[in-house]
Amino acid sequence: MPDYKVLPAGDTALIVEFGEGIDRKISQRVLALAQCLNAAGIGGIIETVPTFRSLMVYYDPLVLPPQSLAARINESIQGLRLTEVAGRAWRLPVCYDAALAPDLEDVAARTGLSVAQVIERHSAVDYHVYMLGFLPGQAYMGDVPRELNLARHETPRPRIPAGSLAIAMAMTCIFPLVTPCGWHLIGRSPIPLWDAHGVGGALLAPGDRVTFAPVSMREYENLLVKATEGTLKILPTEGLGAAA
Amino acid sequence: MKEAKTPALRVLSPGLLTTLQDLGREGYQHLGIPVSGALDPMSLRAANALVGNPLGTGALEVAVVGPTLAIDADDVRMAFVGAKAAIEILPDVTASAGTLIGSNESIRLRRGDIVRIGALWNATTLYVAVEGGFDVVPALGSVSTYIRGGLGGFAGRALAAGDRLPLVRNTATERDEYRLDRFDLGLPKRFRVVAGPQSDYFSETARAKFFGGEYTIVGSDRMGMRLDGPKIEHLRGYNITSDAIAPGSIQVPGNGKPIVLLADRQTTGGYPKIATVISADLAALGRLPIGAKLSFEPVSIEAAIEARRQMLAEIAAIEDRIVPLVPEATGVAPRLFDNNNLISGIIDGKLDEQGRVA
Repeated sequence: MPDYKVLPAGDTALIVEFGEGIDRKISQRVLALAQCLNAAGIGGIIETVPTFRSLMVYYDPLVLPPQSLAARINESIQGLRLTEVAGRAWRLPVCYDAALAPDLEDVAARTGLSVAQVIERHSAVDYHVYMLGFLPGQAYMGDVPRELNLARHETPRPRIPAGSLAIAMAMTCIFPLVTPCGWHLIGRSPIPLWDAHGVGGALLAPGDRVTFAPVSMREYENLLVKATEGTLKILPTEGLGAAA
Repeated sequence: MKEAKTPALRVLSPGLLTTLQDLGREGYQHLGIPVSGALDPMSLRAANALVGNPLGTGALEVAVVGPTLAIDADDVRMAFVGAKAAIEILPDVTASAGTLIGSNESIRLRRGDIVRIGALWNATTLYVAVEGGFDVVPALGSVSTYIRGGLGGFAGRALAAGDRLPLVRNTATERDEYRLDRFDLGLPKRFRVVAGPQSDYFSETARAKFFGGEYTIVGSDRMGMRLDGPKIEHLRGYNITSDAIAPGSIQVPGNGKPIVLLADRQTTGGYPKIATVISADLAALGRLPIGAKLSFEPVSIEAAIEARRQMLAEIAAIEDRIVPLVPEATGVAPRLFDNNNLISGIIDGKLDEQGRVA
């Protein structure tokens, strides 16, 4: 019995599902399969979309029948080497100043930690980018330390500013655009994760690693000016395109 | 000094939601970037065929109420395909009434002419193609407008009054005008779907209810359409760990009322999906206006693939359906094109002029 499921999503997509929940090991398999299928350059595969626990494979069934695609997927999974997934590493400035973090005190109160401890624990993690979704460029990063895990607000805010840094359950996100949001807002990042005019549009990709560098309000504002001018260059610290 | 002006269409009034769309952008969904593209790609292709463009060229997608556009080029060939609407040509901005023209045929307009497109009344989209296309740099491989991300189209947004939409050509090619013949913009009796991917989140009873029920579209935009009808109960909750969303996915949120996801759908989502509309029926889905009724029929993947094969044959045949507007043999101008042939499915009682299915 294979330990994964292949489910049809209409006649032009198959979902390869490795489990039900959010889990680093499952994520690694998803990302490794995506990398493997993309690298194989299989005719008829249009694109792959990794998510927490499954990989969507878009294909043209008239070029690659679903049975053949399923066979290629099976072959790839048999030979999957999880160590091969090598995303880029990033260090992204974020500002936890109270003026930009409307929920920070509330998070501290709910978790029984001080504001400084919340910041310290949130910024101490080497986060894994599980997937991008919801908004263009929006990366779901985990895992937030257990002591900071909170359910979403019951009533979402109708609008949060672009760049909002937020947590919910074991995930943390920087929201790239103004959006309604039920997450806990604990800071802001000046880094545009989504640039409609930039090459590729999005800064982060699934499988990347991210750490947060706390910056002062002044530095945040300086960086935001540069970002708005388009003169802010953020390069990965490791991986493809890393600064020397 | 006379300023050399580039050819363009000038937007006098933008309509409700007029956007530039082509067949969409592939390859960026892993970055959270939706595919976008025409809601009804068959009509987009037909409009392009009438003006002699490659079928996937970017064209204006008009939704609900059309724009008013002034011709700012020596002459421009245009074509309108999709929903029925009053399309008028006015000699200048001060004219109160103009000449009604037919859709589904090409027309050559001259500098200063004004095209006014009224309310759409039997479908939700109408495509306006221009010969040579719009002079717009593709964003991530496509000119399709994705408004939420500010991507593509004209400045990443819908048309606004005062916009100048740059054209590739300043003059139309010397040739006769064409019309579409035997082009079917009908609707299927029932929309065909492949069950799943989350069939196991619904009981057999819930699935039977979904496939046996009739739904009404109570809200729609380029992201998706909200349906009202038999409420679908979940077997084990309505939250799943977010996964990717295919075009035509039918998700069932907590209130049990299905949502069908369309071109601008978010790339991922956390509601279970009971079924997925097959690729061959997506264009017809993109035509349905608010208030239309629809139902779903489960088919096998094999049947869906066969339907896709037929759809591709239809696409390949579009160019054969382009015939001269004035029959060469007689030289007699035909009466304004009879829309009844084009939307036989709609006229034949599936969808009346208020958008209801009889």
